[in-house]
Amino acid sequence: MTQYAWLIPALPLAGFLINGLLCGRLSKMMSGIIGSGTVLAAFVLSCMVFSQMNGQTQVVTLFDFIKAGNIHIPFSIQFDPLSSLFLLIITGVGFLIHVYSTSYMNEESDFHFARYFSYLNLFIFSMLLLVMGGNYVIMFIGWEGVGLCSYLLIGYWFKNPEYNKAANKAFIMNRIGDLGVLLAVFWMLQKFGTVTFAGDAGVLAQAAKLAVNDPALIGITLLLFIGATGKSAQIPLFTWLPDAMAGPTPVSALIHAATMVTAGIYMIARSNIMYTLAETTSGVIAVIGLATAIVAASIALKQNDIKKVLAYSTVSQLGFMFLALGVGSYVGAVFHVMTHAFFKALLFLGAGSVIHGTHHEQDMRAYGGLRKMMPVTHITMLVGCLAIAGIPGFSGFFSKDEILMGAYAYNPIFYYLGLGAALMTAFYMFRLYAMTFMGSYRGDSHHHPQESPTAIMVPLIVLAILTLVGGFIGIPELFVQNGHKLAAFLAPVFAESNAIAHPHTISHSTEWMLMGVSTILIIGMIFFAIKKFGGYSRNNAEETGLGKVLVNKWYVDELYDTIIVKPVMWIGNVFASTIEKSGIDKGVNGVGKSVQYLSRQFRLIQSGNIGNYIMMMVVAIVGFIWIVYYLKV
Amino acid sequence: MLVLLFILIPLLAGLGLFFTNGSGMAKTISLLASLIVLAVVWYAMYLPATDELVQYSRVWLGSLGSNFDLKLDGVGKITTLLTAVSFPLVFLATWRNDYKDANQYYALMLLTQAGLMGVFLATDAMLFYFFWELALIPTYFLCSKWGGEKRIQVSFKFFIYTFLGSLLMLIGIIYVYLKTPDQSFAWNSFIKANLTLTEQAWFFWFFFIAFAVKMPIFPLHTWQPDLYQQAPTGTTMILSGVMVKMGLFAVIRWLLPIFPDMSAQMATPIIIVCLVGMVYASLIAMKQDDIKRLIAYSSIAHIGLMCAALFVNNASGYDGAVIQLFNHGVNIIGLWIVVEVIERQTGISKMSELGGLAQQAPVMAVLLLITALANIALPLTNAFVGEFLMFNGLFNYNPWLALLAGTGIIFAAVYTLGMIQKVFFGAKNELIKVTDVKFVEMAALAIIIVFIVWVGLYPAPFFKLGAGELAEIVTAKLPG
Repeated sequence: MTQYAWLIPALPLAGFLINGLLCGRLSKMMSGIIGSGTVLAAFVLSCMVFSQMNGQTQVVTLFDFIKAGNIHIPFSIQFDPLSSLFLLIITGVGFLIHVYSTSYMNEESDFHFARYFSYLNLFIFSMLLLVMGGNYVIMFIGWEGVGLCSYLLIGYWFKNPEYNKAANKAFIMNRIGDLGVLLAVFWMLQKFGTVTFAGDAGVLAQAAKLAVNDPALIGITLLLFIGATGKSAQIPLFTWLPDAMAGPTPVSALIHAATMVTAGIYMIARSNIMYTLAETTSGVIAVIGLATAIVAASIALKQNDIKKVLAYSTVSQLGFMFLALGVGSYVGAVFHVMTHAFFKALLFLGAGSVIHGTHHEQDMRAYGGLRKMMPVTHITMLVGCLAIAGIPGFSGFFSKDEILMGAYAYNPIFYYLGLGAALMTAFYMFRLYAMTFMGSYRGDSHHHPQESPTAIMVPLIVLAILTLVGGFIGIPELFVQNGHKLAAFLAPVFAESNAIAHPHTISHSTEWMLMGVSTILIIGMIFFAIKKFGGYSRNNAEETGLGKVLVNKWYVDELYDTIIVKPVMWIGNVFASTIEKSGIDKGVNGVGKSVQYLSRQFRLIQSGNIGNYIMMMVVAIVGFIWIVYYLKV
Repeated sequence: MLVLLFILIPLLAGLGLFFTNGSGMAKTISLLASLIVLAVVWYAMYLPATDELVQYSRVWLGSLGSNFDLKLDGVGKITTLLTAVSFPLVFLATWRNDYKDANQYYALMLLTQAGLMGVFLATDAMLFYFFWELALIPTYFLCSKWGGEKRIQVSFKFFIYTFLGSLLMLIGIIYVYLKTPDQSFAWNSFIKANLTLTEQAWFFWFFFIAFAVKMPIFPLHTWQPDLYQQAPTGTTMILSGVMVKMGLFAVIRWLLPIFPDMSAQMATPIIIVCLVGMVYASLIAMKQDDIKRLIAYSSIAHIGLMCAALFVNNASGYDGAVIQLFNHGVNIIGLWIVVEVIERQTGISKMSELGGLAQQAPVMAVLLLITALANIALPLTNAFVGEFLMFNGLFNYNPWLALLAGTGIIFAAVYTLGMIQKVFFGAKNELIKVTDVKFVEMAALAIIIVFIVWVGLYPAPFFKLGAGELAEIVTAKLPG
């Protein structure tokens, strides 16, 4: 099987090339079939890889990528439980998003439709390369590749300058993070002489031999984490993700659920042994993750654009995943990646269906009462909301519970703060639900919202089913002995970390109590939100105080603008206009002028007087002797 | 013997063109000549450095100890290949241009190629100096006759800069010659010259400044944006793609082997100046409205990194810089081709007056996007391979300097994406009529993209080209 595994990324790449090179010459039908078909084929292959996974790491080297001096970086791909799980998520959820897009993007012209699908395929390809890369450099190729694709897709409607700005912002913020990854790669090359993951001579095996909190390890892990904050939208590099809503809605689903933002989680899970040893870094990650979860959730409370609410919810959920990584609950983080992929793809595609049905309206204040007009969208969205809120039985409950328990074991304060973020999540999601589906329709009465076509419905239903059942592969030990199939499956990846870390266990009674309290509070929060917004009617009152701060997203964009963008531009201005023009260039032109001036003066020296000439000759000879003497010393 | 053809074909074709008439004839002859050169050079790439075909030696100025010595080796393979690839690309891309006195224009272009080939092949210091000037002089004429409004003033500035640089180099060459054991200009004798540390300290700078002007390195760079803006675009392509490599190549061929101790001692200040210049140029590039000046400053930034990488004293930096000699050349020519297509049709090179071109010229937008992504060293493009190794070399020299240079790659993303956005995206500008790229330009850009992807995905053949005797001598003393 593994000898054909290179086909998994190659198929979407082929789809990209066909749709990209034949841009517009194919019918929409063909473009859609090629785009979706290649991802479906990759999904089938991924399933085969997954089913044959026996916990071993298999590496396939395709050719030498960079071989210069003592640096040897093979172009190799790798399979292990972690990457095979990600393969399923990426190609599976990715395929559903492709199918959905064939209907959602149908208004586009042939040319742009093909362009859209080529970008989408390139996105899948990059993400597959990211999780399949056998070393940090191949991973980095995919890493920057998804950054490029998000740039292309966010700016897909390129006629709108605001969208282009959002696209540029995404790329540049990611680049800042990418610099961190690059520096970490160089550091690893210096320290370990390799960037390969697997094997006895690989980075991970070598790192496992280092002491706890080895300085180099802390440096490398922190630099990698900076990269993760860029790609996975954590503090301080999170502001690009909400702006990324400028892209078509299925793209948001792709970025937020199946690809891109999970890259940071993947990288840290892949490097887990380094993070387990670098306890300082893990502490930083837990704090940043928790802070991001809270800040983003608080912003989501006050947003009125349905996609913005979901965007901040993604940032917040990613914060939970980083919290899990920081407290050493690697399985919890990967579990939440998976369940989040299901319910967030569902929510975004559902939001897309609502936007589609209401004729491109994104403001929730203009929704209302859609449950009757869009029944399938309503039911599936409700499933998604219940899952993200963490209602027992739905997939989000299992993964979120695992993260919160891990946090409690690490430090109860992390648990309480995390629970606070979870309560906010329940509130803003049911605010979204109530404003959209409950009450009566507040939009333009000429438009009658309608249920979306089949190609949109089917992915929603499939994702809703996954959201319902997906959690049961990770049933806590509390309920069923050996019920956590996912943990068992991933065990080989985290074996070394688990051997080193001292697991804090919580007693069963405590766990029951925490679970019970959090569930009751979340249900209470849901009812509160529904009561408050179920009969929502439009009011245009300005927010004041904290509400205003939240509406304006804690003024983070303004802050960055003031302390980074403006100063850099100011320096650029000083360089361009003052130093370059009036300084260096004026100096040079001055030299030019003085040469001309001197040549006029020197002409006067040629007086024809022999005595003068001899005099000058003597001076010159003395000068030369002095120079030669001086140099000899 | 074969290597002599690298020089002779463009030289004879160029001289011959002076006696012809007509634009079409001149274009055809120069394209053919450059393609023949490319074929010969491509063939020579497969020959080992020891092969007789890639060496040539005749007594030239015998009484002075100067021979007409040519040799194709290592880094020279990279730069001659770049030269051979660039000229047909430039001729293709400017095929639809009509120059006044076209035969003279093309003749001077070919003479420049002959000079460049000589610079990259000469293993005799006097001969090297001769070709150095031979490559420069035609460009003065090209700029001052076919350039923009301020061409005279700008060419004069360029002349002053390079003249002072050449003068320093000539003094340096003569001095080192006097110190060679056998009174010879041969490269082999030069690297054995008995120079005291004080002498090294002086003449190292003579050579370095001469080469730095050509690259150019901050703060000796102000001739460049003006010149790129004013020179005819075809000439600018050669200036920026190939000619700036003369300086970097000369550092590898002459400066590092002749002054090994000084190169190591002076590394830190040189690297700092290069990197400060890199960040400085990147910041200025962000503030440019004229695409040509933006590309010029972007080039200064990239060259600064390459020069720094040559001094980091490890193989990674050196290998990266050598392969980047080629990458930077083809990438920047790709950018200029798009500028040329736009300017030829609209007469505009200010980004604030353009915009929305993607709707009128989607193919051009895609081609520029790919070239621009290579300009910012996205993985799987050629520049990533070079920059990865250079940054790695820099990191091993000093991590903080790598961080300083790293800010440059972030700024590069800012100004490059900004350029694409301002030129191609946004609302359609009704005042501008642009048709998409035609076959000739598309062919040129397609070839460039082939190189971008080839080197980006499978750089091994290019690393093999860059390795060789010269590389071994330069890197022999390097750790790692």
